[in-house]
Amino acid sequence: MSSLDGAGDDIGQAIRLTLALASLTTVILLLLGTPLAWWLSRSRRWWKEMIATALAMPLVLPPTVLGFYLLLALGPQGPGGALASLWGARTLAFSFPGLVIGSVLYSAPFVVQPIRNAFDAIGERPLEVAATLRASPWRAFWTVAAPLARAGFLTGAILGFAHTVGEFGVVLMIGGNIPGKTKVLSVAIFDYVETSQWGAAHLLAGGMVVFSFCVILATTLIEKRMGRA
Amino acid sequence: MIRLRFRDRLGAFALDAAFESPAQGVTALFGPSGCGKTTVLRCVAGLHRACGFCAVGGEVWQDERSFRPAHLREIGFVFQEASLFPHLSVRKNLLYGAPRADPDNARRFAEAVDLLGLAALLDRAPGRLSGGERQRVAIGRALLSRPKLLLMDEPLSALDRLTKDEILPFLERLHQTLALPIFYVSHDMGEVERLADHLVLMREGRVVAAGPLAQLQADPALPLIGAPEAAVSLDAVAESYDPAYGTATFRVAGGMFRAPAAAAPAGRRRLRVYASDVSLARVFPSQSTIDNVLPARILDVRETGPHQMTAVLGLGEDGAGARLLARVSRRSWEMLALAPGLSVYAQVKAVALLR
Repeated sequence: MSSLDGAGDDIGQAIRLTLALASLTTVILLLLGTPLAWWLSRSRRWWKEMIATALAMPLVLPPTVLGFYLLLALGPQGPGGALASLWGARTLAFSFPGLVIGSVLYSAPFVVQPIRNAFDAIGERPLEVAATLRASPWRAFWTVAAPLARAGFLTGAILGFAHTVGEFGVVLMIGGNIPGKTKVLSVAIFDYVETSQWGAAHLLAGGMVVFSFCVILATTLIEKRMGRA
Repeated sequence: MIRLRFRDRLGAFALDAAFESPAQGVTALFGPSGCGKTTVLRCVAGLHRACGFCAVGGEVWQDERSFRPAHLREIGFVFQEASLFPHLSVRKNLLYGAPRADPDNARRFAEAVDLLGLAALLDRAPGRLSGGERQRVAIGRALLSRPKLLLMDEPLSALDRLTKDEILPFLERLHQTLALPIFYVSHDMGEVERLADHLVLMREGRVVAAGPLAQLQADPALPLIGAPEAAVSLDAVAESYDPAYGTATFRVAGGMFRAPAAAAPAGRRRLRVYASDVSLARVFPSQSTIDNVLPARILDVRETGPHQMTAVLGLGEDGAGARLLARVSRRSWEMLALAPGLSVYAQVKAVALLR
């Protein structure tokens, strides 16, 4: 187990960074994704499916492709660089904020899609009922649509979190491998394998297997239980 | 007064409906499915936006320039399926539309619970109610939002016969206890005969006729009198009860009826007489098992089937009383040389006490 001695702090740091990235990404996606999912579910504009498609692209695009364009966008010549210059930095690439932006885009379909599906499943009727009971659209959303879609919110949050924890390609492209800033779990595993630190690699990889199993089991159970209610 | 006119085009279906109705009692919107009656109701609620005009009791809810959204219209809407909020208890469903922080709430809540028999259900989840219970909660929920107009879209059509019979008395109590105008969409003439005061006949997106129920039922120009189960609803006042025979007498305009009743009825009631239960005689049939023989005058007649005539009668010697329909064969019509203007005796074989 000698290979683990120097890796202890390193692993802890990677885990903390990963959890911070995944939590922040999930919160941002819930805040932005909820109105977006609502609009996708209720709008009758023909081009809404174009937006939905663009949003779903990370599901099929190689992460390296997404990472490549993100690298350009976050870099000194892109809008990300312009944004970074506001606080005196040169680029958003290879930084934690850059990772968050990349993760939000990369995990968006995993959060928005379940919430949209849940909104779709509610149908028009409960909101019509609420309107005939004098509920404003705002009140109807919070007292009827949101509670009825709670399984979708939970599934979206869990999937978004888990997917962010597991991302690798995008992180590698835009984040590099800077300990404490951009070195997240999946990159750390890659690193340990490259440097033949099998013990540390086993620890993290095994942990991820257990984590993934729990995530999928949890979402299945939530959908089952709430679907019944 | 409630005045409305709606025009819309939904695919191949064209809606062009206009009518007025008094702001009291039950107005039934009646017609075959697909005739646009539900669309009209949704337009009144503001759930569907068609071109047109809608004014309820002096307030304009929609005209060329304005459209008041559904949540700002003081309506109650009872859908065909109860559509209770599945995540709220019966109590919370009932209170969802009740005005906040109103000292009158507790009293009204108790009243609605009592009227609709909901006391035992309050803490249950909607998923654990029967179809009839659910619909009663939906009606209570609509009432507690303090509507000025109650809109009901075939509230009984998703229920089986037994459950219907369980709900109908509640609707009648509603009608009798509350001075609340109700629009009631239905394609079941039985419900209309029982509940409605006013009738709007619709067909293919248009209003064929609108007026008091009894007047339209006996209008020879309308298709109702040709229906196999054509009937008239008679508003009656209970006069006396004979417990020995289980019958009660009722006064209607221009005559008296004797009808079977389980207990002594009181006050204003409603009777129904089918056209096929009424036959005609030119002289008073002195020895007959038929309880109700009333002098009447033939006002009009239509041939309503092969060799079948349906006559519109006015009760009383002068024919000025309530209208009655009589269905006779063309053969006996000609044998007795019956014709409009003639005085006859209406022999009524069966009278039903609807409420």
